[in-house]
Amino acid sequence: MSRRIFSGPFLLFILCGTLIPLGVIAYYGITDRSGSFTLDNILAIASPEHSEALFLALLLALISTVICLLIAFPLGLILKDSRLGKKGFMVFIFILPMWMNFLLRTMAWQVLLERNGIINQLLDLVGLPHLDIINTPAAVVLGMVYDYLPFMVLPIYNALIKIDRHVIEAAYDLGASSPQVLLKVIAPLSLPGIVSGITMVFVPSLTTFAVSNMLGGGKVNLIGNIIEQEFTVSSNWNLGAGLSLVMMIFIVISMALIEKFDKNGEGNVL
Amino acid sequence: MKKLLTVALALLLCFTSLAACGGGDGKADAEKTLYVYCFGDYFDPELQYQFEEETGYKVVVDLFDTNEEMYPVIKNNSADYDVICASDYMIERLSSEGLLAEINFDNIPNAANIADNIKPFIEDFDPGMKYSAPHTWGTYGIMYNKSMVDDPVDSWEILWDEKYADQIVMPNSIRECYMIAARLLGYSMNTVDENQIKEMTDLLIEQKDLVYSFANDNAREIMIGDSAAMAVITSGEVIYSKEYNENLEFVIPKEGTEVWTDCWAIPAAAKNVKAAEAWINFMLDGSVAETNFEYLTYAIPNKEIADLVDEPVLNPSAEVLANCETLHNLGAEGDDLYSEYWKMYKAD
Repeated sequence: MSRRIFSGPFLLFILCGTLIPLGVIAYYGITDRSGSFTLDNILAIASPEHSEALFLALLLALISTVICLLIAFPLGLILKDSRLGKKGFMVFIFILPMWMNFLLRTMAWQVLLERNGIINQLLDLVGLPHLDIINTPAAVVLGMVYDYLPFMVLPIYNALIKIDRHVIEAAYDLGASSPQVLLKVIAPLSLPGIVSGITMVFVPSLTTFAVSNMLGGGKVNLIGNIIEQEFTVSSNWNLGAGLSLVMMIFIVISMALIEKFDKNGEGNVL
Repeated sequence: MKKLLTVALALLLCFTSLAACGGGDGKADAEKTLYVYCFGDYFDPELQYQFEEETGYKVVVDLFDTNEEMYPVIKNNSADYDVICASDYMIERLSSEGLLAEINFDNIPNAANIADNIKPFIEDFDPGMKYSAPHTWGTYGIMYNKSMVDDPVDSWEILWDEKYADQIVMPNSIRECYMIAARLLGYSMNTVDENQIKEMTDLLIEQKDLVYSFANDNAREIMIGDSAAMAVITSGEVIYSKEYNENLEFVIPKEGTEVWTDCWAIPAAAKNVKAAEAWINFMLDGSVAETNFEYLTYAIPNKEIADLVDEPVLNPSAEVLANCETLHNLGAEGDDLYSEYWKMYKAD
């Protein structure tokens, strides 16, 4: 009892911050405006404008996650072995932008990427062709990668520095080549970090509406944008909640798929 | 059992502390405090202190971004606001649902300052002008860059001109986009006829490939930065934009446009009606209107500052206004219909 009392605030948080809101969303999702039961809001995902937005969101989130992983894993390896990395300085520099709100950073990209923005003015100066990615899915992916990369780097870096150097030395002593050490020793041992990194990049990328709104110029319509629109403009909370439920199901499925790879279970969320 | 006890204890702790906080609000405090619910950054913040000094009320301001965010708060009475700011069609919706109190204009002498040319538009969404007092108003039009557009701009049709492909900024808002199509096809911008909405959607889809971006607040930044040749924008942004880019011009197309009005209103559940009336009276004062106009650069329909706002764009002539319409509340079914077609348009 004496120790359990400390779990009280946590239980209260789970109740008020997770379970009750989830219940409210579920209630709105399976009722119509008059409050009677309906499955229309859930089945609405089947209509082309919704399913296309969901598909595009899944695709862009997947691309962003893969790019983040391709950047973060080598970076983690470099940080792990560098002397600066051991002091945590490089990691510090890396997460420094996170001290600023991500909306501001996304807005900055908007200013940078605009047709007559800073990047294109610089390109003009040196006589290079314009970079015309603003208001396209490419700009949205760029924003997602930029915003969520630290969430991939940190767990991977943490997993990598935990690997005992002697294990790697032993692998070399037993005749493993560098690629073999990387693939058969380092990669499996850092898997929990990779899995939680993937989760932390994939889920917010899938659900974002702010990044696609700002960098997609209203032309890249993701499922997050549609849900936001239902709540803030169309006053159709029921449809918004129904689509949110569907999106949660997709997140649970993706997490279950990822979890399969994570045998140690350290990074799982389910 | 122990777990249950823990939860119960925690809840009890939470509620008692909440009750303790709530208990501090005496009745006398409530009479001295005015709760304002308003769009973000929609009056000069200095005015809040000026009002507090002049009247002795303490002002608490909460902000929202869209009418639709504000609506459920007022509807469920989840916070006690004494005075709110809302757009025309939302005033109509709130008053039709009995959520607004009639304003006693005897207590608001400055109501005499309300400009005459706006009154027909207020009558349109608030017959008899019972529930609202105007704060700002404006129209939608085309802002274009003289150095990039060499054709005369006088019609919405120019937005369909392929010469300006990838040079056009459209509003990222359902009703404003459909308003343009409605004006071109000669329909009312408040139609809920599905065939007409379908036809307007088809017309908008024809133009969609020419759009550089859909933007609301940052449309002016795109124009100031020379990143697009023209943008559909509200008249309130004109003064600001021209200050930063002298090539920008603004036109209200000949087919007519939408006149919008944002108003002050008193919720039916308001606790401090006296303070709310004082606030509305204060906002309608000539010098306060001037301060607000200089801060917002949005047109303020106040007779006292009529000569300040003689910019034709901000104070359109009677002929232009005769061709304009105000948005109405379409009801849940109408909203759903537009929302459905808008999503198809965006997905196309």
